[in-house]
Formats: sequence, structure tokens, C-alpha cells
Amino acid sequence: MSLLLATLLVLLVASAFWTGRNRALALAADGTSTLHSRPSYHGSWVALWCGLPALVLLVGWLALEPGLVDAMVVSALPEEVRELPSGELARVLDDARRVAAGERTAREPGPEVLEAARQLGRLRTYAGLAFAGLLLSVAVGGLTWARSRLRPDFRARIRVERAVRISLVACSVVAILTTVGIVLSLIFEAVRFFALVSPAEFLLGTEWSPQTAIRADQVGSSGAFGAIPVFLGTLLITVIAMAVAVPVGLFSAVYLSDYASPRTRAIVKPVLEILAGIPTVVYGVFAALSVAPMLREFGEGLGLDVASESALAAGAVMGIMIIPFVSSLSDDVISAVPSALREGSYGLGATKSETIRRVVLPAALPGIVGATLLAVSRAIGETMIVVMAAGLAANLTANPLEAVTTVTVQIVTLLVGDQEFDSAKTLAAFALGLVLFLATLILNVVALTVVRRYREKYD
Amino acid sequence: MTAVEPTNATKVRVGDLSVFYGEKQALFGVDLDVPANQVTALIGPSGCGKSTFLRCVNRMNDVIDGCRVTGSILLDGVDVNDRTLDVVQLRARVGMVFQKPNPFPKSVWENVAYGPRIHGIASSHAELDRIVISSLDRAGLLKEVQDRLHEPGTSLSGGQQQRLCIARAIAVSPEVILMDEPCSALDPIATATIEGLIDELREKFTIVIVTHNMQQAARVSQRTAFFHLGEIVEEGETGKIFTNPTDQRTQDYITGRFG
Ligand SMILES: Nc1ncnc2c1ncn2[C@@H]1O[C@H](COP(=O)(O)OP(=O)(O)OP(=O)(O)O)[C@@H](O)[C@H]1O
Ligand SMILES: [Mg+2]
Repeated sequence: MSLLLATLLVLLVASAFWTGRNRALALAADGTSTLHSRPSYHGSWVALWCGLPALVLLVGWLALEPGLVDAMVVSALPEEVRELPSGELARVLDDARRVAAGERTAREPGPEVLEAARQLGRLRTYAGLAFAGLLLSVAVGGLTWARSRLRPDFRARIRVERAVRISLVACSVVAILTTVGIVLSLIFEAVRFFALVSPAEFLLGTEWSPQTAIRADQVGSSGAFGAIPVFLGTLLITVIAMAVAVPVGLFSAVYLSDYASPRTRAIVKPVLEILAGIPTVVYGVFAALSVAPMLREFGEGLGLDVASESALAAGAVMGIMIIPFVSSLSDDVISAVPSALREGSYGLGATKSETIRRVVLPAALPGIVGATLLAVSRAIGETMIVVMAAGLAANLTANPLEAVTTVTVQIVTLLVGDQEFDSAKTLAAFALGLVLFLATLILNVVALTVVRRYREKYD
Repeated sequence: MTAVEPTNATKVRVGDLSVFYGEKQALFGVDLDVPANQVTALIGPSGCGKSTFLRCVNRMNDVIDGCRVTGSILLDGVDVNDRTLDVVQLRARVGMVFQKPNPFPKSVWENVAYGPRIHGIASSHAELDRIVISSLDRAGLLKEVQDRLHEPGTSLSGGQQQRLCIARAIAVSPEVILMDEPCSALDPIATATIEGLIDELREKFTIVIVTHNMQQAARVSQRTAFFHLGEIVEEGETGKIFTNPTDQRTQDYITGRFG
């Protein structure tokens, strides 16, 4: 049904284009006047008038249809069903929907459910048919109206260009509004959290145990929301990750851009980029099941006490994950250093490594710093590896051999399982999320500014 | 044109030099003697192999993949492609100035100090400073940059940047300076400054310059070699080449009939 409708609509739009174009050609054919716009613009304009209103209508219908149909179904139900508490009523509707779709319901459907399902099916069919009719007539109406307005001096090109611009703007507005919405909801929920727990306690407290009492008579679970151990854990793991990723990534970038023969480069670069394509879960498994036990055995051999989930294991694997990120960004900035600078240095008798150390890297430094900062913000936001390999204990420690926890891990654990939505425990996730968001936002802004300033210099 | 001193020894002797870029041959058995303390100009139509020739002398072609050089290039009688000769030392003795000024994104002072630092020429900071100042002076740039020594070299004007590159090259006291169209990015005034400079530098250095500007070749050089399709068609005293060439192609080229 909907497939048929979509096909019809597409066909209509296509024919709108075709008639518009032909009409314009016919208008120009008598030779008395020249067209302001090329015929295809006339066609596009008619097609837009045929398609766009229908599209708007379709989107509106998709948004409103369920609510509308539900309301009509409810109003047709017998009095005593309508009076049910809202939760009960919702369940009736839910079951009715299942029955209408031919699925099984949890409870044996009662007469009111069957009645509702029947209503639902009927209404849906009628509403669907009515809507299809409306949609097609809007499309045809738009087509006819637009076609009747075509004149030789009609400025179709300008109108089509404007329509294109407006639809592009509309798309970016959707993207921006979504982002703004997410940020606002973060802020809003975080404010609710800070009404329960003071910002000072959250930002400066050193104890983190977010388990609050579910029932008032439980003991020993008042909850402590000092986030310092969580922030420090993130910091520790990020530092370890960068200690792995920056040297390895940077040096492989130098190798790729200045030492490797074109053939080696053609092989090594894609291989490095495959690393970037491995899902983070796989890295997490690798960290938890291979690296962490290995580290522990190794530590035991040295007489060290290594926790089975350690910051070192998670950080090192995260570093490996970020290597391609650092190396491909650095490779770009290093390759962007003009080869004239390299030649100038070689021409003075500098060796390859002197040239790289004294000319290429200093010239590329701002870009490399930018790349590193972007990598840091990825490390801070990375979740899967740390969930699997870093542990949950909010230890306040700088020892990489102990288990630590990170902001992302805590957000996950706070929201996993059944939650009361307005408890401090749940809301804490939003506060953590807000801090995380601000940190990565600042890092990204700084990084992008640095990178951009560098770009300006050599373009 | 300055009168030619007759007693100049040969500084660089090129014999039967051929260069291949992969399958493509760019130079075909070129012979040329470059006399010491003179300016030798290389002229010829675009793509005839002048830059290729120049880059062989200090082995800048080493860094190009698939570039193969045969024949001999003797610097003071020693082949530059000899395995015993270190390319770092060779390039300290044979400096290069490029077509486009390419100062490093460092300060003026650091730009000039770069070469001496690499080669460990100066034993103290004071000595390094002396080398930097005298190189800038010899490149005729000192007056203009005296109080901007610590500003980035890239902030100078194009002509100043090119003289900075010349200062950078002479700071390592090379014996030969190769210049590949050093004035092609400059205006006439900056060009005149650099031509004057080249004439002075001739006293201490041997200079090989590639140029597309016939007047420039006539003004600054004592000897001229005319390249065509990877071969040297004619070579000799600049005065003779420009007034009385023996080959018809040279005649056509310098009078602007082709190229
Ligand atoms: N890196 C390279 N790889 C392949 N071929 C090259 C390379 N460099 C130069 N060539 C070829 O070698 C020939 C000579 O080039 P060269 O740069 O020496 O010419 P030129 O005389 O300096 O020209 P111009 O006056 O335009 O600078 C040209 O045909 C060119 O295409
Ligand atoms: Mg050239």
C-alpha cells in the first residue's frame, strides 16, 4: 500500500518535471519571446511544487497518525474501559495493536481489547485510504497550479535555486537542533542532579559510591558523589593511551611520509587504517582476555601486584586503538609540509633524520598538536574498552597497575538495570555526561583552531 | 660581462653524463667543464634537462625514486658518485639555491645558522653568531634585517627571502653554489640586487646558474652552456655564445625564435 503510494508519488514528480519542461519548450516555440530560464528549470520548479507539499504532508502524517488513530479508537470504546487508569488504558491499546498486527499478547485478550483491535484495523484502513487520496490530490494540485503559472519570462531558475537553498538550510537546522536538544537535556538533568548533590561535593569530593537506598529502610547506602576518583581514572587511562599512541602513531607517520617507498606506503597505510575499522568491543575483549592476564602474569614474575583489571591494560589497548587516528592525521600534516623545505635542508647537507627533526617536525608541530588533542578527546570518550578492562572500582590512585574507573564506565553502570529516573544515582550520569561533553568540546575547539591556523600558513 | 681570467682551473668536470627517470632518459651523454671562480650559465628551452644537470652535481637526484645517473662528475678530480664520498660532505661543499625562495619557518638567524650547526662548523655560540652575521652581510641582506634577526624568515619579502637562502647556502662555506632560476620569482629590482651579489660571490665561490633570462645570462656569467633536448649543443665564453654562436639552434634560441 505505502510502497504503491511512494511509487505513484515518484512517478507524479517525474511527470511534473516532464510536463513543466515541455510546457516551457512549447512557450518558447512560437519564437516571439525567449525563456528567462532553461526549460529544465521550469520542469524542476513544477516538480518541486508537486513533490514538496506532498512530502511535508507525509512527514506531518507520520508524526500525527498514531496519536490521532489512538484517540479515535479510545473514544469509540465503551464508557467503563475509557474510565480505566491511564496505565491500564495504554495496556489495552498496546494489546489491541498486537492483536491487530496478528501477534500474541501477554494476557488472553479481553472483549474490550478485541473491540479496540477491530476499531483500530478499520480506522487504519480508512485513514490510510483517505490520506493517500489527500496526498495524491495535493501533489496533482501543486503540479497543475505550478504548470499554469509558467510564462516565458517566469524566473524559474531563481526560484529553484532558492528552494534548493531552503531545503539545505532546513537539513542543517535539523542537525543543529538535535545537537542543541541533546545538550539542553544534559544541562537540564544535570541541574536537577545538582539540586540533590552540591556541585562542590561533586567536583571536589574524593569518594564515589553512587549506590543509593532503593527502600528507605536499607542501610549503608546513602551514596557518595565525589567524582574526583572518576575524573582521575579517566585522566590516568588517557595519559597511558596517549603514551602509547602518540610516539607510535607519530613515528609511523614519519616513516610513511618520508621513508617508505611508494609501494610500501600503498601497503602499510591501508593496513594501519584497518586498525581503525576494528569495533571497539573487539579491542575490549582483547584488553580484558589477552592483555590484562598477560600483564598480571608478567607482573607476578617481577613480584608486582597487578590487579586483574588494570588501568595499564585498558590504557595500552586504547592507545593501540588510537594509533591509526594519530598516524593518519599526522601523516596528513607532515605530508603538507612543502617538499621545498625538505630539499632546502638536504641541499645544505642535512641527513634525512636531521631534516625531519629540525625542519619537518617543527613546521608540522601545530598540526601534530591538533591531531593529538583530537586523539585525547577520543580517548576520554571511549567506553567499551574501559568497561571491559579497567574495572568498576573508583580507586583514588595514580598506580597504573590497579583497577580504576572512568567517567564513561560510570555512566554505563549508573544507567544499566532498572532505575528510578529521578534518583540522584541516575541523574549523576547526566552530570558526568555534561562534564565529559564540556571537556571534549573544549579539546576539540582548541585542536581545530590549532590545526586551522597551521593550514592557513602553507596553503 | 667581465673579462675572463685565463688561468682558472676546472672545478667541476662532467663527462658523458646520462640521467634516466625510470624508462625516460633526460640527459644524453653531457660533457661540461665548470671553471673555478667563474659564473657558468645554463640556458635552454623548458624541459631540456638544466635542472636535472644541476641536481646531479650535488646528488639531489638521490632522493628521487627511480632516478639513475651514469657518467662521471669530478669535483676537484674526485667523482661525486664515488662510494667513499659522503653525500653530507659533498653538499657542504656544493650548495644549492632553489627557484622559489624556501626559508625554513624559523627566525632569520636560525635559518642561516642551520647549516653550520649541522656540520658542527662553529665551536661556540659567539662564533656561530659571527658566521651568521658575515653570511648575511655577504648576501647583502644584513642592513635590511639587522633588527629583525629573530623574526621568522618567512616574513621577509620575496627578494629578501631569496637572499636569505643565498646567505644560508654560503654560511657553510661551500666551494660551488648551484642556483636554479634564483630570480624567476622576483621583481626587476630584487633581481638586480641578486645579480650584483652573484658577481661579488664569484670571487670566493664557483657558481653555476640556470636561467631563462638571456640578458641575465649575458650580464652575470663568464661561460654559457646551451642545452637542448638533453644534450649540450654549444658551450663556451658567454661573449662568444651571445654574439657569434656556431650552432644554428643556439642562434635561434637566443634570438627568441624558439624555446
Ligand atoms: N622527478 C622526475 N621524474 C620524472 N621525470 C622528470 C623528473 N624531473 C624531471 N623530469 C623530466 O626530465 C626532463 C628534464 O627536466 P628538467 O627539470 O631538468 O628540465 P629543465 O631544463 O630544468 O626545465 P625548466 O626550464 O622548465 O625548469 C623533463 O622532460 C622532465 O619531464
Ligand atoms: Mg628547471
